[in-house]
Amino acid sequence: MNDTSSSAAILQQQTARPVRLVWIVLPLFLFGLAAAWLFMGQPLRVFDRGAPPIEKLTFERRVLDESGIHLKVRAGGSEPMTIAQVQVDEAYWTFTQDPPGDLARVASAWIHIPYPWVLGEAHKVKVVTKTGTTFEHEIAVAVATPKPDLNQLRPQALVGAFVGILPVSIGLMFYPVLRRLGRDGINFVMALTVGLLVFLLVDTMKEGFEIAGRAAAAFQGHVMVALVALMSFLGLLAFGRRGGAPTGLALATYIALGIGLHNLGEGLSIGAAFATGAASLGTFLVLGFTLHNITEGVGIAAPILKTRPSLIVFVGLALLAGAPAILGMWLGSLALTPQWASLALAIGAGAILQVIVEVSAYVLRGQGGTAQALTPAIFGGLALGAALMYGTAILVKV
Amino acid sequence: MHKWLKQRLDRRSLLYGGMAFSGGSALGALALTGKVASQTAPHAGHGPAPAPGPGASPVANHGAHGNMVTVGDVDNAKNGFDPSALLTDWDTGKVSKLPDGRTLHTFEVAGVDKEIEIAPGIFFPAWTYNGRVPGPTLRVTEGDRVRIVFRNQGSHPHSMHFHGIHSARMDGVMGAGVIGPGEEFVYEFDAFPYGCHLYHCHALPLKRHLHKGMYGAFIIDPDPARHPERAAIARSRLLGTPENKEWQELVMVMNGFDTNFDGKNEVYAANTVAHHFSKHPIRVVRAKPVRLYLINVLEFDPINSLHLHANFFDYYDHGTNLTPTLRTIDTVMQCQAQRGILEFTYKDHEPGHYMFHAHQSEFTELGWMGMFDVVEGMA
Repeated sequence: MNDTSSSAAILQQQTARPVRLVWIVLPLFLFGLAAAWLFMGQPLRVFDRGAPPIEKLTFERRVLDESGIHLKVRAGGSEPMTIAQVQVDEAYWTFTQDPPGDLARVASAWIHIPYPWVLGEAHKVKVVTKTGTTFEHEIAVAVATPKPDLNQLRPQALVGAFVGILPVSIGLMFYPVLRRLGRDGINFVMALTVGLLVFLLVDTMKEGFEIAGRAAAAFQGHVMVALVALMSFLGLLAFGRRGGAPTGLALATYIALGIGLHNLGEGLSIGAAFATGAASLGTFLVLGFTLHNITEGVGIAAPILKTRPSLIVFVGLALLAGAPAILGMWLGSLALTPQWASLALAIGAGAILQVIVEVSAYVLRGQGGTAQALTPAIFGGLALGAALMYGTAILVKV
Repeated sequence: MHKWLKQRLDRRSLLYGGMAFSGGSALGALALTGKVASQTAPHAGHGPAPAPGPGASPVANHGAHGNMVTVGDVDNAKNGFDPSALLTDWDTGKVSKLPDGRTLHTFEVAGVDKEIEIAPGIFFPAWTYNGRVPGPTLRVTEGDRVRIVFRNQGSHPHSMHFHGIHSARMDGVMGAGVIGPGEEFVYEFDAFPYGCHLYHCHALPLKRHLHKGMYGAFIIDPDPARHPERAAIARSRLLGTPENKEWQELVMVMNGFDTNFDGKNEVYAANTVAHHFSKHPIRVVRAKPVRLYLINVLEFDPINSLHLHANFFDYYDHGTNLTPTLRTIDTVMQCQAQRGILEFTYKDHEPGHYMFHAHQSEFTELGWMGMFDVVEGMA
């Protein structure tokens, strides 16, 4: 009995490999056959009513300099498309396309137009394709695109520090006061952190989706943002819990990372505003961002109230949470393409969600379960955290 | 930090204030360089030239149109017509004598769907007469019998509606000459009044049939015998007379194309192709006067115009008079279907390139501009 069953097992093992291989090859072969039939047999020809091909053109980057207007475009049509002429402000203008020729689906090219644009005024570029279809790009306020040189990078870094590092540092300076808090007080501050993170999550996702909407259709920006955020969340969660749920300094570091990625996004939008000249960056606006981000420092300090980290740790945390704003400023001012910008924001959103989960779990563990979780202190903290962020955001939303 | 931001803001507002200034001077500079260009390097390339950014020096001289021009050229052979050739392509039809001694002109015109290149690389699904836009320039003499055999080979109902005197049955409107695809209709009438006229499709919707390309010039020359008091002038307008040969006659149909069908034109031109006459200037002999038959068929825009640089002309509205309706003007305005004859000469000018264009700057910049290349004599 034993013998026969074991020989059967051996037999099964022997046949298993070729059988499994067949079930990989056969479906693929069938797909190949179907594809070949679609191309060779042209069964879809009956649907051809003589309509012109669908054309789509996305403007991804724009550079204005002393040699004119430069636009990076990406095609998204059903067939390769041809850029025939370019109008600027309803006038045909000479242009060069790099690389030249037809634009295949998802292919991109730069269009260089030697146009004497006028500082501070609006311009409209209209690309006319072979079929006479037009695609418009509006330059709301023409200003020279910042160049990545020291003269530009330094002041941008300054603004980045103002909206990132400074407020986080100020928030962290509440540490000695926060340390004196009792159990309810600490819970209140932790809950406040969660409240502010929830605000940041919604804000980052909204920004990510908004920018994703400007990317070429082929990138499926919205799906990409949602999936990348989810993967970033799960990845960081798994990484953070490889040695048990993070507490103390580890948790503070994750919060700083999440906030840092959010501040990268904030830097991106401020930098882009610089580059496009769409928003005039006033003192009030920068100060608004500073005020808005102070709460973030308090949030980072919350998990380390029971430990006594050295000063260098505080500096590290402030830089981790704040310095990405500088990087964002630089990238944003260089007119990052929408797909990359939304990708960065999606990763940030995932990181924020991870710390929301971890901080909540930390508080819940301290409370001994969900039943007693929503104490007045915790609920009050949540509400105040969100309200503070919302209230100070009024200063910076234009 | 604060100082830096403030400085930036101040600079900004300052520049806003100064904008009108810089804009104006840039334009002025452009016009100046353009003028010089027409004399020295009239058709120097359309290649890229550095554009002035804020505070930079104005555009380097690159021909009268600078960089404001379409890139490339249209394939006339593939289009089946050359806008330059259309200028002087008079079609008198098949000429025969009627039993009563009068002259009969028989024209054969076909309505054809055809994709045409209206600016370099931009293709337009046109409806045409005889495969060209504008359609054939039909030219007869006052009082002649005109017979037009129209065959609709297109995909939509079409007609030929003549601006002239004829019976209701010959009007080319619904029930009087609008025919379906595959059908044929014969329009017949006496050519009156003399002048510079047009014909166009009158099938509905009118806007679409017009801007798709169904129009053409219809010129009736005055019969000198009917105008004894101004017989010499009439003879000079009558095609084929020795007096007429002293003139350089041209026909221009001012048109436009709405390539994305949004009710606004993307391309403006005379004789269809944007910038054609700026890339291929019209050769004019200095000593010979010019008679320009000008017709406006532009759709969507209320008016069109022609402005002649460095010269003035006499204008005969509709061409239905032998004395000018407007004397010594350099700009004339026409609504849709309005037309007239311009007479001017360069005999006292030095040879060179003389610009003409619509004086709606938008039309000019979207293709409706050109040059007369005034020369001492034809090679």
